[in-house]
Amino acid sequence: MSRPLPAMCQCVSGSLPNVSRSIADPWHALADPTRRTIFARVAHGPCSVSQIARDLPVSRPAVSQHLRVLLDAHLVDIRRQGRVHLYQPRRDGLNRLRQELEVYWTQTLITFKNLAEQSYQPDHSAAEGTSTP
Amino acid sequence: MSTTPRERTSLQVEISVDVPIEHAFRVFTERFDEIKPREHNLLTVPIDRTVLEPHVGGTIYDVGTDGSICTWARVLAYEPPHRLVFSWDISPQWQIELDPGRTSEVEIQFIADAPRRTRVVLEHRHLDRHGDGWQGLTTLDTGDGWPLYLERYRTAAERTDLDA
Repeated sequence: MSRPLPAMCQCVSGSLPNVSRSIADPWHALADPTRRTIFARVAHGPCSVSQIARDLPVSRPAVSQHLRVLLDAHLVDIRRQGRVHLYQPRRDGLNRLRQELEVYWTQTLITFKNLAEQSYQPDHSAAEGTSTP
Repeated sequence: MSTTPRERTSLQVEISVDVPIEHAFRVFTERFDEIKPREHNLLTVPIDRTVLEPHVGGTIYDVGTDGSICTWARVLAYEPPHRLVFSWDISPQWQIELDPGRTSEVEIQFIADAPRRTRVVLEHRHLDRHGDGWQGLTTLDTGDGWPLYLERYRTAAERTDLDA
């Protein structure tokens, strides 16, 4: 569906894309190096807390805590397999990319409109056809 | 693997401009430099200019203030004054994607609604070709891959924390 440009003009004035964040900020969650490593492990393939703790130099309780932050940030979700909880990356990474690009292209088109309209010099001889008294 | 609904793999934005179609196309392609948001810089130095080569097979590249070049798109269709299509060779982590199979596509259509009114419809499609959006993050722990974007979000998040 075609989307006319909404009232997104506030995006242009700020240097940051104004993507709504009703969940914990995923980028903030990933700012922690250990959490990044754990997320990288999860992104590699579904795994349990024990598997992560075995693969990485991080204790089980610490892994659990980090995973909770990643869950809150909607970066990972849980799948139950028997008695084991497996963590896996959520599939809305694509959504986030889409939102970012939507802001990018909206900014681009607004700048384009301003530039195109400012730089347009109407050809008077052609334009006066209807307005000549 | 691809369970993502189709509409999620593309986005479309449009705008109406009060100029003739030829002017609209010319400004978009010749002054793309001034149109593109500057803060999305894949170079390590500020962008001096962005060049759009106006022919199929051409590229779009940023030139840094030190002369370094970052080519981030390939022109796939150039049909003045109606249509422009280029590839988007930038990964979800705002880094150059070297594998053409993992790049998306941007089409810009110029439609004359009136002699002096042009509708510009931009579609960015095949976003799913970039993967599910997380792949690049698997290499982040190496350090070098930490993209500008995440840094910026982090800074913003920290600023918000301070304000609170």
